[in-house]
Amino acid sequence: MKNRWFAFLAAAGLAFAISAGTAQAAKEVRIGFIAPMTGIFAQIGKDMSNGFKMYLEQNNYKMGPLKVKFILEDSTGKPAVNVRKAIKLIRRDKVHMFIGGLLASTGYALAPVADRNKVPYISPVPAADDLTQRKIPKYFVRVGFTSSQNSHPLADYAYDQGYRKIVTIGADYAFGYETIGGFQRQFEARGGKIIKKIWPKLGTKDFGPYLPQIPKDADAVMTLMVGPMSLAFPKQFRAAGFKNPMLGGVTSADEFILPAMGDEALGYVTAAQYSAALDTPKNKAFVKEYNKRYGKMASYYSETDYTAAQWIHLAYKKIGWDTSNPLKFLKALRSIRIDAVRGPLYIDAYGNVVQNSYIRKVQRVSGDRLGLGVKPDSLWNMVIKTYPAVSQFYKWSPEEFLKQPVYSKKFPGCKYCQ
Amino acid sequence: MGNNNQRRRILIVLGVFVALGIVTPFLDSFMQALVTEILIFGILAMSLDILLGFTGLASLGHGAYFGVASYASAIVMTKADWTWTYGIYTWASSSGLGIFYLFIFGIIVAIAFSAFFGFLAIRATGVYFLMITLSLAMVIWGLAYRWSAVTEGDNGINVPGRPSLLGISLDNDITFFYFALAVFLICLGILYVVVQSPFGRTLVGIREREERMEMLGYNVWLHKYLAFIIAGTFGGVAGVMWTLFNLFVSPPDVELITSAEALFMVALGGPATLIGPVIGSAIIRTLQQFISIYVERWPLILGAIYIMTIMLSRLYGVDGILGFASKLRSSTAAASNSQD
Amino acid sequence: MISLSLSNVIELSFNSLSYAALLFLLASGLSLIFGVMRIVNLAHAAIFLFAGYIALEFYNIIDGTTSIMPRLMQLIAWGIVYFAWTGLSRISTEARACISLLLAYVVLEILSTLLFGVRLYEYLFPTIAVKSVQKINFFMLSAAIAAAVVMVALGGMFIERFFLRRFGQDTLAQVLVTIGFAFILQDGSLYTWGGDNFIFEKPWPLNASTVIGGISFPQYRAFMIIVAVVVAIVLFFGIERTRLGAIMRATVDDPEMARGVGINTNIVSMSIFAIGALLAAIGGVVGGAFFGVYPGVDFEILPYAFAVVFIGGLGSFAGAVVGSIVVGFMENFGTALFPELSYFALVAPMAIILAVKPTGLFGKG
Repeated sequence: MKNRWFAFLAAAGLAFAISAGTAQAAKEVRIGFIAPMTGIFAQIGKDMSNGFKMYLEQNNYKMGPLKVKFILEDSTGKPAVNVRKAIKLIRRDKVHMFIGGLLASTGYALAPVADRNKVPYISPVPAADDLTQRKIPKYFVRVGFTSSQNSHPLADYAYDQGYRKIVTIGADYAFGYETIGGFQRQFEARGGKIIKKIWPKLGTKDFGPYLPQIPKDADAVMTLMVGPMSLAFPKQFRAAGFKNPMLGGVTSADEFILPAMGDEALGYVTAAQYSAALDTPKNKAFVKEYNKRYGKMASYYSETDYTAAQWIHLAYKKIGWDTSNPLKFLKALRSIRIDAVRGPLYIDAYGNVVQNSYIRKVQRVSGDRLGLGVKPDSLWNMVIKTYPAVSQFYKWSPEEFLKQPVYSKKFPGCKYCQ
Repeated sequence: MGNNNQRRRILIVLGVFVALGIVTPFLDSFMQALVTEILIFGILAMSLDILLGFTGLASLGHGAYFGVASYASAIVMTKADWTWTYGIYTWASSSGLGIFYLFIFGIIVAIAFSAFFGFLAIRATGVYFLMITLSLAMVIWGLAYRWSAVTEGDNGINVPGRPSLLGISLDNDITFFYFALAVFLICLGILYVVVQSPFGRTLVGIREREERMEMLGYNVWLHKYLAFIIAGTFGGVAGVMWTLFNLFVSPPDVELITSAEALFMVALGGPATLIGPVIGSAIIRTLQQFISIYVERWPLILGAIYIMTIMLSRLYGVDGILGFASKLRSSTAAASNSQD
Repeated sequence: MISLSLSNVIELSFNSLSYAALLFLLASGLSLIFGVMRIVNLAHAAIFLFAGYIALEFYNIIDGTTSIMPRLMQLIAWGIVYFAWTGLSRISTEARACISLLLAYVVLEILSTLLFGVRLYEYLFPTIAVKSVQKINFFMLSAAIAAAVVMVALGGMFIERFFLRRFGQDTLAQVLVTIGFAFILQDGSLYTWGGDNFIFEKPWPLNASTVIGGISFPQYRAFMIIVAVVVAIVLFFGIERTRLGAIMRATVDDPEMARGVGINTNIVSMSIFAIGALLAAIGGVVGGAFFGVYPGVDFEILPYAFAVVFIGGLGSFAGAVVGSIVVGFMENFGTALFPELSYFALVAPMAIILAVKPTGLFGKG
């Protein structure tokens, strides 16, 4: 009798163990993450992966019943390496999706890899416009922003400030063209004039060749700097005696570079979908926690990746934690509305996020006024105006917007250049 | 005896590659891609070996020919408004010959550049040769970065897909691996013939005693120049293969690092052996793929390995891995001889 | 093409000169090392980057932002390694000493981790938190810079003594070793200091600009020019008038002869490499305050340094001066006038000069 019970228990236990084992094996979601961990963009890569990992850690690497396997790959910031690492993630690790990339060019390079291998690519950072406009890949969703998305409202803001003649200076690559192009289009649609467009090459250290070309009587300059350029430009600009107000794209004065900046950055007005100084309980909690974990100010890179992880979690929840069908997952991802750290978000019919656009001004905040538990007397991107629910097409209808070519060095042309 | 030995070596090498051809389809698809990559960089390293190992000219700009051919083939496949390249390419593709056109075009571009650059560089020797090849490679790098009307600058060029080979699709990893293996073996064969020919022996003679060869009436300049062009040509083959493999070309592919890596492959595997550089390619490529998975600071490790390789090979007179193997063999042979 | 007004030309020329000054600091060391030792030092720009970081760290140590302990512990740890190595290599070959030391390290690392929970590598390779310097104190800055420059020069001596010297005239091996060091220094700085972008705030007289005739001249750019001129003068007289200079010139002209008359070429080489590193370090600190200190700046600026020495001629002092001025002007005017072809405006003259005279404008040989 005793023996039979024992046998029954053992059999039940074994069956349970087997079923649990197989369930466990089936219920794993493998997420590949590609970010630069070495080379010039290493610190940005760290911000990106930290943001994503923070969400996973807060949830003990679990999304509902799914166990998350997070695989980080170093892209070294080079597009070709991104492609190779994506292939590695897909083939060797059999990931369910891959996330990451930094420069707009990596976005353009990675999207075809996703389509060829039928593995979803989720892009929190690469902002190349056309990926959600004219050349939409099937296996691609963007949870970040398009390059020109924040530029349109910034142009409105600039016009409302009374600026009429503006000089643009933007990094000479896709992200620069699109950010500056969006600004120019809306600014000139309102009646302003872009009187000069200057394109310093990516990674410019000495702005000496470009500064003399800036007319001193411009009402403002609109910049788009990335990486170390963001740090060098305001310093050299102010040192050369320019007093003009500075406007900028997302990366011109983001929190990634802000702690290294000095008084020269005061008054810098930039537009972005996020600011670490955002005065909401959700954001305060996020910034505090991020600072506690990594000893740094949260940047838009960390926020957008944190939100990406949250988004994936919610999408799997919606489809009942089914990891077998990538297209179903992508559909779910596109259909949910989430209340993220940076505000309410949803994805439009073209695969890009509709979100608030914040106009931010660099200010020195004395004391720990924001209650964020961060070092007092530092620079913050204080939000001075919010444009709610900005889509990548801004005030145009998608059809009307898509009739024009993608913003480039040549489009829009410089009608008012002297 | 020497002939026998040589035949045995050829058989061993062929055996290894036949084994590779048999085993690779059973590996996982990541390893298949890695093996393909090793073969492609093996071609690059072998071509550099002609210059470095056999002729004794250390070029620090071999990435240039790899790069121009790589860009040329990508441009052929994508620039739809260029009738001379794209028109012919699509016409050839329709009959399954597109891939030959790609190779012919890429190789011609590589030959043109190496003929011009070689003309500038061959006059110099030693460290000056090193410097000139480096600076010429910088020119290519600059063009890739800044001539965005043609090269798309920082964005790089995305290639939509591989053309078929006489109707056989190369999109499948395994077929592409066999294609790469075939191209590799053809290159190996041609280079082997070159090295074994009187021309190749003259190159070695030039490496050993240049003045003497000159006195014997050899046109040293012409021999060096031809070696330079041959190296550039096969570097170009590797470049076209790289475009077909990665379906993406961008300026970092032409950087100094590419040239330097090729040099390390030759030094690590064993110069003047042809097959040594391929082993070097296998080791360095595998390390790059695997260290970065386990160690976050992998360039640190890679740098240390590079330095150690050079220290070992130069200070202890071991010419790469193959050199080490033959040294080992000769010392055991010597030991057994002394026992007799 | 953009038409330039007179004031534009003046401003551009000033900017060109200041950029040339920075390039001179970098390229003169490169050229010097080549001239005397025939070594193409591809790690030169990495040294430039390293110096910026070290100066920043010393400033942070002086003003109390970061602790000096990790560095001291590191020095002690490496001191122990060094003595163990010399001791071992005295009783055996150097190679065996290295291998046994490595094995001993692995065993010790495992033991200390298991027994005491102490990770030895954290002492050998510490990570150090640094911050950008905002309110700068001139004297503290000078002290930090001096310390950094000395440290970097010592580091250069180390690389020369233990690695480069062993290869004698084997230029290829030397080049490859310097590439290895470029990797290690770049990634090592990422490991030690993290990858954040840092910058020095410039102390008072250097952060303003002077306006003359409606054109503003940033004083920091003037300062860069002054530093370069001072360095150039010191170098020139050092080479032409001092004993070391004479020995050096003799070594350049005929190393065999120099050794024959009893010159210790080893010491010459070591000091030359140290001076080269020192020049790069000055450049690194000056440049660090201008465009920041961040990993990757080394590989970005290396091509420019090479363009300077290719155009001017490797190993020539006059060549370094002329070359950096040519590159400085080409870069600034080329970029302003033909933005599409800016890089080409730099490399095309270089290729032409090399085609006509492979040793550069002033190069010998």
